Amino acid sequence: MADLTQTFDVLIAGGGNAALCAAITARRAGATVVLAEHAPKSMRGGNSRHTRNVRALHHGPTGVLTDSYLEEEYWDDLRRVTAGKTDEPLARMCIRASEQAPKFLESCGVVFQPSLSGTLSLSRTNAFFLGGGKALVNALYRTAEALGIVILYDTEVQHIEVKDGFATEAIVSHRGFPATIKFKAFVASAGGFQANREWLRKYWGDAADNFQIRGTPYAQGRILKDLLAQGVQEVGDPTQFHAVANDARAPMEDGGLAMRLDCVPFSIVVNRDVERFYDEGEDVWPKRYAIWGRLIAQQPGQVAFAINDSKAQMNYLPPVFAPYKADSIAELAGMIGLDAAKLEKVVADYNAAVQPGTFKAQSLDDCRTEGLAPPKSHWARRIDTPPYYCHPLRPGITFTFLSVKVNEQARVMMADGKPSANMFASGEIMSGNILGQGYLAGFGMAIGTVFGRIAGEQAAKLVRN
Amino acid sequence: MAAESETVAEARRQMEICNACRYCEGYCAVFPAMTMRRSFTEGDLTHLANLCHGCKGCYHACQYAPPHAFGINIPATFAELRQESYAKNAWPAPMGRLFERSGTVVSLLAALGVALALILVVALQDPAVLWSAQRGVGAFFRVIPHWLMITLGVVTFGYAILAMAMGARNYCRSTGSPQGGFDPGPATEAAVDIVTMRNLGGGGHGCNDLDEGFSTRRRWLHQALFGGFMLCFAATCTGTLYHYILGWKSPHAFLSLPVQLGFWGGVLMMIGAAGLAHVKVITDPGPVAKKLAGGEFAILALLFLIAATGLLLLAVRHTGAMGAMLAIHLGLVFAFFLVMPYSKMVHGLYRGIALLRHAREKRTAPAPAAAA
Repeated sequence: MADLTQTFDVLIAGGGNAALCAAITARRAGATVVLAEHAPKSMRGGNSRHTRNVRALHHGPTGVLTDSYLEEEYWDDLRRVTAGKTDEPLARMCIRASEQAPKFLESCGVVFQPSLSGTLSLSRTNAFFLGGGKALVNALYRTAEALGIVILYDTEVQHIEVKDGFATEAIVSHRGFPATIKFKAFVASAGGFQANREWLRKYWGDAADNFQIRGTPYAQGRILKDLLAQGVQEVGDPTQFHAVANDARAPMEDGGLAMRLDCVPFSIVVNRDVERFYDEGEDVWPKRYAIWGRLIAQQPGQVAFAINDSKAQMNYLPPVFAPYKADSIAELAGMIGLDAAKLEKVVADYNAAVQPGTFKAQSLDDCRTEGLAPPKSHWARRIDTPPYYCHPLRPGITFTFLSVKVNEQARVMMADGKPSANMFASGEIMSGNILGQGYLAGFGMAIGTVFGRIAGEQAAKLVRN
Repeated sequence: MAAESETVAEARRQMEICNACRYCEGYCAVFPAMTMRRSFTEGDLTHLANLCHGCKGCYHACQYAPPHAFGINIPATFAELRQESYAKNAWPAPMGRLFERSGTVVSLLAALGVALALILVVALQDPAVLWSAQRGVGAFFRVIPHWLMITLGVVTFGYAILAMAMGARNYCRSTGSPQGGFDPGPATEAAVDIVTMRNLGGGGHGCNDLDEGFSTRRRWLHQALFGGFMLCFAATCTGTLYHYILGWKSPHAFLSLPVQLGFWGGVLMMIGAAGLAHVKVITDPGPVAKKLAGGEFAILALLFLIAATGLLLLAVRHTGAMGAMLAIHLGLVFAFFLVMPYSKMVHGLYRGIALLRHAREKRTAPAPAAAA
């Protein structure tokens, strides 16, 4: 049993990559560290358990990263996905620091691998964890344990006492029992509020009931709410999140990566009213996958249906749930509860608009529609070769962007514009400082690692003085 | 065609989730082999199960491992599927049922082998050889006549080879694995994979032998057991050559080639068998197929005892204990040959076929279905 009567130098709330990077960095700098993870050991690691890679700047080929990926390109990618809704100095600082992220993680026992199949062709920009995020989480916890960090599982930080921007102690539930933890510095790495459906309903109403939470069910946003209620400055649009097109039959929580579907570019997608609503072939999927969650969230009933035929089956990764399959469009419509006549007309109109072209699954080809609204700009082939298939889609929410404001020292900013005396933040809970909207694959882990390290370093520096 | 077992259905359910996830593609040959497929026949699943070395890396890295509702546990499920494939392809077919009680069968047969050897000695020779010291050329054959030793050896070993060859033929037919034809490229690759056990390397740094930390302990211990076994086999072959070609009769001097091969082989086998059993005892039970434990411990114990009695025989061969020790050792060895086709020992055979098939598929299969 951990002795909770002592005063720790640093308390970390959270148990994912951002929390562990902060904990390990603070401990290596000589601080005594306690880490409170809400989940039990078997489900530890927050959303990091479901991640796969980290986007890292690099000047030349390094280990598993090919070619180079420099600041301007990284920044340009981020600026485009966020439509400029970002904090440029903070974002650029994060981008520059991401160069050290793989090396730091390797120093914590994380093993990287070359990217192989099914990885959105990210081998140039993203370093892949061998075995994925849970293997990374395992390595970080082993390192943390070896360093003597006190790790508390099944421990939810419920409230932080804050006086004039200074955090004094934490009220926690430790294995079901109330307790307080005393500390000199506090790092909030407890994630977003995406798993708190009630909170989501505030902005989305009943639609929130149809959102699938891709990751950890422990992301309840309790610390986020607690800090924002105590004079911490808020940043980010509360309706913004990272979301993808998930299989509609996935579990409502913790379904993880394998629930995502990448069939959209090779399909047409209709909503419940049997209407197409967005250009399915606008760009290559790695550049569009992150907008489709939100697009579906905005449809009636938060559901959509990707329709294709036997020609498309080999163009995307095999799904976990078998698609609906029928020999005619009308029969398919009946299986998924859509108006058969309407679906036949949508498919016929689409087929009539398809222009001749040379189909290339892996790059922007010249197969497009003419005179169709919305258009399908690439990979448009007639849907005319039975059997026909349908993958039902729902929004899969990865994490919310509403955040506590931080500065370049990862220090939490108070509503009056002054930095907190001893509170820091890293990971999803501060991601909205940089992500105003949109998402870039592997950037969440870059934010978590970079700000985790800064938060740990700054917290240790503070308590040493 | 018999109905599919629950294990096959469960393996298919898990592989369909894995094939949509693919986080484990860097670990071992199973996952690249999986990505070459979009659907999984029973033969495919059996092939993948036999390709699996049980390193447990994928279990500890799995976001869907228990207690997640998807309950992905490839090492345990594949271990059970392997066992089913051993039983299904066993020759003669009714003997496949022995796999269900492999631990009991191995133990009983070992005990019977020892008993029979002792009884035969007493019945055929002067019972006094069991406690009186025998020295000089032909000492062993005064305990067990040469003709009998050779007959028992040839019959039991010959039976093992025949039964395992027939099993391999059944396996290749039922799984659609390559039959006949020789291609040096894949054959060399498979041979290197077998000798180096690359797939127990987890991509370089080792596997999850005990828990979520990486280690190469099982790889080294298995190498010791396998290498020791092969050295002992070489010792027997050398001894046979000495006897029939060179006319040099046993017992041979300690520094002679057969004794040296047997000595070091026995030492390695004992280290390997004891070490692997120890790992089995202390490992995280999550990814372990518990119902197979009996058979696995029994065969490790038998291998350990064969090596131990062999070394003891060497130690006491000039004393009155030699007779009894020789009978016990040979009893265990002949029992081992008989039980070999119906024990964990066949894993090497099917693993080898699976590695060969994988090496061939890699050269012919289309590139895996990739995401956009």
